[in-house]
Formats: sequence, structure tokens, C-alpha cells
Amino acid sequence: MDSQELASIASRVRRHIIRAIHQAGSGHPGGSLSCADILVALYFSAMRIRPDEPDWEDRDRLVLSKGHACPALYAVLAERGFFPVEELDSLRKLGSMLQGHPDMKRTPGVEASTGSLGQGLSQAVGMALALKLDRRPARVYVLLGDGELQEGQVWEAAMAAAHYRLDNLTAIVDFNGLQIDGRIEHVMSPLPLVDKWQAFNWAVHQCDGHNMDALIGALSWVGKVTGAPSVIIARTVKGRGVSFMENVADWHGKAPDAEKTKVALSELGGAGVGR
Amino acid sequence: MAGKATREAYGDALVELGAVYEELVVLDADLSKSTMTAKFQKAYPERFFNIGIAEQNLMGIAAGMAAAGKIPFASTFAIFATGRAWEQVRNTIAYPAHNVKIAASHAGITVGPDGASHQALEDIALMRVIPGMTVLVPADAWETRQVVEAAIKHKGPVYIRLGRPAVPDIYDETYRFRIGEASLLCDGDDVAIVAAGYMVHVALSARDILAREGVSARVINMCSVKPLDSSVLLRAALECKAVVTAEEHSIIGGLGSAVAEFLAERCPVPVRRVGVRDLFGQSGEPGELLQAYGLTPEDIVEEALEAIRAR
Ligand SMILES: Cc1ncc(C[n+]2csc(CCOP(=O)(O)OP(=O)(O)O)c2C)c(N)n1
Ligand SMILES: [Mg+2]
Repeated sequence: MDSQELASIASRVRRHIIRAIHQAGSGHPGGSLSCADILVALYFSAMRIRPDEPDWEDRDRLVLSKGHACPALYAVLAERGFFPVEELDSLRKLGSMLQGHPDMKRTPGVEASTGSLGQGLSQAVGMALALKLDRRPARVYVLLGDGELQEGQVWEAAMAAAHYRLDNLTAIVDFNGLQIDGRIEHVMSPLPLVDKWQAFNWAVHQCDGHNMDALIGALSWVGKVTGAPSVIIARTVKGRGVSFMENVADWHGKAPDAEKTKVALSELGGAGVGR
Repeated sequence: MAGKATREAYGDALVELGAVYEELVVLDADLSKSTMTAKFQKAYPERFFNIGIAEQNLMGIAAGMAAAGKIPFASTFAIFATGRAWEQVRNTIAYPAHNVKIAASHAGITVGPDGASHQALEDIALMRVIPGMTVLVPADAWETRQVVEAAIKHKGPVYIRLGRPAVPDIYDETYRFRIGEASLLCDGDDVAIVAAGYMVHVALSARDILAREGVSARVINMCSVKPLDSSVLLRAALECKAVVTAEEHSIIGGLGSAVAEFLAERCPVPVRRVGVRDLFGQSGEPGELLQAYGLTPEDIVEEALEAIRAR
């Protein structure tokens, strides 16, 4: 699939995100939009998966450590064929398979129950260790928020991943510079990112997290890293694709009303509020 | 006093069962010599993972390994397993129902000289409240061996509470344990003593004292604190009409609470709880601490007579 096709899937994914969060009346658009391109590049290009066999033992796995961005993951999984796109309408509703934060027991394709920040990398390390033990070729990806890096457990896990030389593990940092209360460096700076990961003995690569060619390049780079885990620091824009949401911390965790939804969808190249 | 510590029996059980169950992996957080997982490390170095002094990460990695088909045993001291990493256990192990076994040693006041910071008196409460978590408190080495295998065979999260000091053998190699089933150690119909872990042999001593005073006490080992054996409890309440619980844990939230909650709803009879009475521990030898905190056979006898008087 070429980067133009990937980009058009990403636009559809962004429209799903806006629609689903609007219908739910709550959710996290900012961080979902910022990681949409990353997830599309993973699920439509890099990852070896079988949507009709979600438990295939040799599948690549993604742990969405920043679980609040699940509207993006759900949209990508639906587009990839794990479940019907219509399911997206049930986001956050009683009895839905699409919970407000990922529940691996309910949703095909979701590899970890997350939502409590700081815990995804540990789980990914566990998966990567087990896969290595069984000599399986699969890779484990984990998507982290940049604010999330303030959690101490992330660095416990980073230490363990390098200690066990997990070259089948790739972390991706959604480096959008924002968290709930504002800019990351104002709230509690996790910078400099490259030096930190390098100091923890990870192989580091930086890229534009909205450029499909750059993302695909980064995701093929990880395959060349041996003897160490790899991290991609993806520079992103929180709320990417919707002008009034871009770089606005306030759009971290609130749903757009009908009016704003219409504007957002038209900016994203969609016709109406319907699918 | 024959017998060995439940933590030591745990280490031995891992080595024995590691040969049978290939998916079994063991993780520790720099306490493998104390939790006795070092025995497993020696036997199966490729299936042992030291995570370092990082208990939250320990639980997360165990969850990830379970997600990829392993049966991880995660071990550290009970206070750190259940306290430091509680939310990791709740959200990352129990909520997705991962097949992780948390086997924590140094639970209770019998930790001794290390003092309050290392004496988990709240761990049963912290684990019991989590949906889907099985809580097992073995009383001796033989029961520990059984409990470890039962935990392996059970699909889902299990908490196993282990002690530091040697405990006398109560059972032998013929003993079989099943999750949700209590073991009736001796019959009696004046009062039922329901105990777990270290306090089971203390309860047996209390029963001997009571017998000399003409009181016939039933002794029940409720190793399976969750799920409780409700039929054994119900029968004990109906037939003895007075119940005493005994555990080296806070009287808040542990075995005593579980029994009292159940009986209050299903068969209200006088219940007295022997345990640590809403206090932190302190340094001392285990025997001194058991005395100082009211966990002796005499304390159980006193509460048993109280319960009988109250009915
Ligand atoms: C342990 C924990 N603490 C707090 C929260 C509440 N919370 C949800 S999202 C968020 C900010 C996340 O910021 P970042 O990691 O940068 O994510 P992004 O910008 O990609 O949305 C916070 C504090 C949480 N979910 N988990
Ligand atoms: Mg951010």
C-alpha cells in the first residue's frame, strides 16, 4: 500500500474518531488524532496480523499504553477488518465492546487492557520476553504518550527491556508536547527524550509522526536494530487534522458538539455527520 | 518443631512443578533468596527473570507474559506485591483476568525483626477486594505444595500468601487441596475455630487447651480465603453456634472479615476475630510478636469462650 492510500485511510480514521466521540458525548479527541497516522502505518503496513484470526500465535502485537486514545485504535481495527465499522457507533455505551478505555476481553484485536497510564511498556516487555522464549518471530509495539513518560514505571520497564536485549520490542512515543494541564515541559518536563532513551540503552529514531513515508521508514528501521529495544520518537500535533483542536490542550478530553463536529468532519474531507 | 517455612516449600514446589509445566516462568524483584524463587532460578535459569527492585514493573511484565501464553509466578514480599503494586495488580492483572500467580512471602507479623515496614498485615484485604482474584493462605509445607499446583491448574489470577518462619507439619503427602474447599482438622460442637496460614497450628494448640477445659472445638483450615468454603462455614455455624477466626493479619478485611461478612448474612452467630487489632507491627522475634499482638493459643481460647458465652 502506498503512502497516499495510507493517508486516505488515516483521514477516514480521523472522521471515525470525531463521529464516535461526538456520538458518545465524551472521550479523548486530541490524543486520538495525534496518533492516527502512527496506528494506520502500523496496522496497514508494518504489522503482520490476521484480522480474521486475532489470536494467531505469531501475530505482531500493539499495546496502546496511552489507552485514552482508543477511539483511534478502534477505528483502525474496524477499518482493518477486526469488527464492523458500525460498531464504532457504540463507543462508551452500556454493554459495548468498545469501552471508554481498552478492554482486551471485549474487543478483538485489542492486546492489552490499558487506561491507567504508565503500565503498557511493562506488559509489552512481558510479551516480548515470552515470544523470545518461544522463539517466535513476532514483534511487540507499544504506543506511549509523552506526558505518560512522567510515570516512573515506564523507566523501570525501559531498563528491563534493554537489560533483556529485547530487539523484538519497539516503543513509539506520540511526541505531541501536550498533556491535560498544558505543555509537558511546563507540567513536568520529560525532556530531553532522545538522551533519556539512549541513556537507557535503547536504539532511538526520530521522525515526523504525520508523514507516512517517514513513519514507514522508521518502522522498517526497527527491523535492523539487533541486541537492543528500539524507540521511535514521533513528532506529532495533538488534535491533528481539525484546525480548532490542533495544539489546544483543552481538546484532550472533551467531545465536540454537533456544530463543531460538522466543521471538523468537513475539514477532514468528510461530507456529513453520517458515515 | 518439624516442618519448614511455607516460602521454602514454595521454592521446592516451583522446582518440582517446573519440570511438569513448561509454560511456568518465575519472576522476582531482587528477593529471590528470601522468597526462595532462587531454587527455581538454579534449576531453570532460562525461565527465571529478575526484574530488579521494581515491583510495579514486575506485575506488568508478568501480565504481558501471561498474555503470550506463559504461567508466570511473580514473587516479592507481600507488602510490596500487594501494596506498592496494587493498582497494577488490579488493572493490569485482574481486570483482564490474566493467568498470573502472585506468590508473596514475608506476610504477617511473623516476619519478625525487620519490623512494621516489612510486615504485611493488610495484604489479604487488598487482594480479596479485587474481582476475580483467588486468595490462598497455606498452613504448612504440604499444603503449600498443593496450593502451588492448584494455582497452576486454575485459569486466572491467584494470590498465594507465604510466611517467613518454619511452621510445624499439619499434613503429609496424602493431603489434597482444592480451591474453595476448607479442610476440617478436628471435629467439635461447642465452638468452631476458623484459621489460615501460620495460625492454623496455633488454633490446634488452642483446641487442646479447650479440650482440657471440657470444651469441644472444631478446627477448620480456611486456606481458600477467597472463594470461602461456604458450606463448611455454614455447617460450623449451625452446629457449633459460635465461631472464632484466627489469622496473622489485620482483623479488618482479612479472613475474620470474610467469615463475619458471610455469617452475618447467612447464619448470624457470635463471631470473634483473633488478629492484629488495627495496628502496625514492630521489631521483635516472631514468638514475642505473636504474644504482644494477641495471637497465641491462649488468645484464641479466650475469644472462643467469649463467643460461647455470647450465644
Ligand atoms: C495513572 C494515570 N494517571 C492519570 C491519568 C489521567 N490522564 C489521562 S490522559 C492524561 C494525559 C496524558 O498525556 P499524554 O501521555 O501526553 O497523552 P496524549 O497527549 O497523547 O493524549 C492523564 C493525566 C491516567 N489515565 N492514568
Ligand atoms: Mg502528549
